[in-house]
Formats: sequence, structure tokens, C-alpha cells
Amino acid sequence: MTKKITLPITDEAIADLHAGDSVLLTGTIITGRDAAHKRLFELIEKGEPLPVDIKGELIYYVGPAPAKPGYAVGPAGPTSSYRMDKYTPALLDLGLKGMIGKGARNRDVIDAIVRNKCVYLAAIGGAAALIAKSIKKEELLCYEDLGTEAVRRYTVEDFPCIVAIDSEGNNVYETEPVKYREC
Amino acid sequence: MEFRAVSAEEITSAVKKLFMDCNYFIGKDILCALEKARDSEKSPVGRDVLSQIIENDRIAAEEEIPLCQDTGMAVLFVEYGDKVCVDGDFDEAVTEGVRQAYRDGCLRKSVVSDPVFDRVNTKDNTPAIIHTKIVKGDKIKITAGGKGFGSENMSAIKMLTPSYGVEGVKKFILDTVFKAGPNPCPPVVVGVGIGGTFERAAQLAKKATFRAIDASNPDPRYSALEDELLGEINKMGFGPAGLGGNTTALGVNIETSPTHIAGMPVAVNICCHAARHASVEI
Repeated sequence: MTKKITLPITDEAIADLHAGDSVLLTGTIITGRDAAHKRLFELIEKGEPLPVDIKGELIYYVGPAPAKPGYAVGPAGPTSSYRMDKYTPALLDLGLKGMIGKGARNRDVIDAIVRNKCVYLAAIGGAAALIAKSIKKEELLCYEDLGTEAVRRYTVEDFPCIVAIDSEGNNVYETEPVKYREC
Repeated sequence: MEFRAVSAEEITSAVKKLFMDCNYFIGKDILCALEKARDSEKSPVGRDVLSQIIENDRIAAEEEIPLCQDTGMAVLFVEYGDKVCVDGDFDEAVTEGVRQAYRDGCLRKSVVSDPVFDRVNTKDNTPAIIHTKIVKGDKIKITAGGKGFGSENMSAIKMLTPSYGVEGVKKFILDTVFKAGPNPCPPVVVGVGIGGTFERAAQLAKKATFRAIDASNPDPRYSALEDELLGEINKMGFGPAGLGGNTTALGVNIETSPTHIAGMPVAVNICCHAARHASVEI
């Protein structure tokens, strides 16, 4: 069953999401990947304010390709999430509601997801041209100097993803491959 | 001795076209393998993921946009004929082609100047990694690809020694793919380089990812090893996007080289399902 979620995501909606569910997101999300996470984390460590309000947001790990003329955005698929593992618990503790990326997360991230009642969603890696069809608008928020790694706000309509780790810590990357493992 | 003259501009425009083409148009071998996998995949989620990847690749080709946002670091294997002469700086002509492709083709600029300290984007996706080999003849053959780093980061090399034998080789390859798990955008293409020295093994592994997955190693022993490893990898269960299934890899390509009496280096270069490469002969 596919669940339609209107953003900003509510605590009730998160509680109703279970690992393996297909979801379609509509509303706005923010973007950020390696370099932006490093900067945000350094500010948090110093106790300084962040240039973007992450409270209640979902962050999409993406570094888009440039948009072709006439397109709202360029191809924009997820990047590997584990590279953000070092920074993610601090962001979740500050009120970030979830992440959209691809691939496994470490124990610290899963614990922070459960502790804060958040969610980790997976988009399909390498489906960038298809995913971009559900991104209608982009707006620069900060760190323009990082180019593709800048933090942006995306307006999305029926953005497709799968619940990878739910608020109880159920994790499709742990539960699903073993069902098909023959070695 | 007679030399055939080739202009630097011709090299630049050929390289530009290679990078734009390989980022927009997935190879027929990959598409064919994806379609076959969609029909044989046991997991319903896996089949859905494969259908979406196929649809993604169709959109990219039709609209001439990159099929993945990570349009990669530019890697080129050049076979440079000893009877051909380029009027100018060959490496600069290639670099200019990369620069133009990434600028004019709406490809992502993903290269930083310094790996550890500055990490400032060079803004034109250069420098490229250029492997040049002088060969006989009056042609220049260029095989190029954009290598995404989601899968590159999952690659590994090990200096095995002879007593490990073929079992040790298999174990290292399978361990590397297992450790990569869901991260390198499965279904993957596994490039393996065996032999040579430390750096030759790694280079061969990259070269192996640039070979069509429906072309086997000409040595039947290695070709059988490719088939066996593909079978074993697809028993791991990671499946499309790592969400479970029996399609974790589309192909395993092995390239080999003579090596030292004391050694048996093995390099495993993992490539995502967006295995992009294209060739041209000038």
C-alpha cells in the first residue's frame, strides 16, 4: 500500500509509517549532503545558530546535476546515506524529523531515530531522471559556494520513497535481504 | 616514417561527445540485463525497483539528461597509435573535452582540488583520470566513462599471495561485494583486476567495469569464474536498491595480468547499475 504524506510531516504520520511502506511525499523538503553536513555539525559543536531551520524538516541527501533549460531541476537521485552518519544524530536531536537517502545507517543513527521518533526514507539510487519529475521547484537556502552541495528547498509532489527505518527502529536493510539470502 | 595527423580539436570534440553520450544513454548490454532481471527477480519490491530504473534510463535517453545525478569523475583509457600525431597537447585536448561536456551537457561537477584539506570544487569536473597506452597503428581509441563514487567507495584491493589460490580470490571478491551491501546502488557490475602490481590490479579492475557485461573473459577458466561469482553474488539477497531480492549484480568482469612470483594482487572495483562507458576510434 502506498501512503500519501503531506509535509511538514507530523508525529502522528511518522508513527503510522512502518519499514517497507511505500510513500509519496508532497510539500517541501530541504537538501544537504557531505559538505553541508560538516558545516552544520561544526556550528552545532560550537553552539552557534544554524543558517537553516531544520526543526520539523526532512532532509534529502542529494547533489543534483544542473537543470537543462526549461526544467525546474536537474536529475536528483539520492546519495549514500552512511557518509552522513557521523552528523545525523546531532541533527535529529535538534528537531530534524527525518532523512531521505539510500543505503544502510549505523547503530548511532538508528538509536537517534528511535530516541527522537523520526524516520529514514530510501529513494532509489540511480533513478535521478525519474525522481526529478516529482520535484517542482528549487530555492537556494545557504552555502551557495558549495555548488551542487548547497542547501536548497525543494517543492515536491508525490516524491516516491520507501520507509527504510521506521520510528521503532525496524530496518529494511536488515530484514529484507535475509529473506532472499541463499548463502 | 609516415604519421597521420589528428587535430587537438578533433580529440576535444570526440571526448565531449563520449561523456555526454555515456551519461544520457545507458548501454544496450545493461538495459538488456535489467530487463531480464526484472522478469526473473523474485522480490515484488525488487521488480518494482528494476522497472523504475528501466523507466529512468528511458527518460534520460529520450530527454537527453543524465540518468544519474552523479555524472562521475571522468576516467579515460586511451590506446594511442604510434603512427598518429596530435597537433597540440593531447592531455589538454582531452581535459578540454571533459570540461566542455560537463559544462554544456548539464553534467554535475563533482571534483574537488585537494582531497584532504581544501576540498574546493574545481567547477569544471577536471582533472580527468587519463590512462594512456601506446599501441601500434595510426588510430587513437578512447574508452571513457563517468565513475560515480557511491560504488567507487565500496571498492577494495588486497595483496593476496600465491597460496591463497583461486579460493582466496573468490573469497576476497565475495567479501568485498557483501560488505558493500545495499550502498553501491545494486544491481551492480563488479570489475575485477587480478595480477600485475598494486596499481596495475586497480587499473585492470576499472578497465573491467568498462567492458560490456555480455562479453566474457576470453580465457574459459576466467569466464567460468565470472559466471560462478555472479551466481554467488546473486545469492546474497541484497537485491535491487538493497531492498531484498536475487538481483544484486548484473555482471562480473575479470581482467588479468602477469604478476610477480610472490604475489597475486586482487582489486575489486564496484560499479552501480548506471555503468556508463562509451568508446570511439579516431
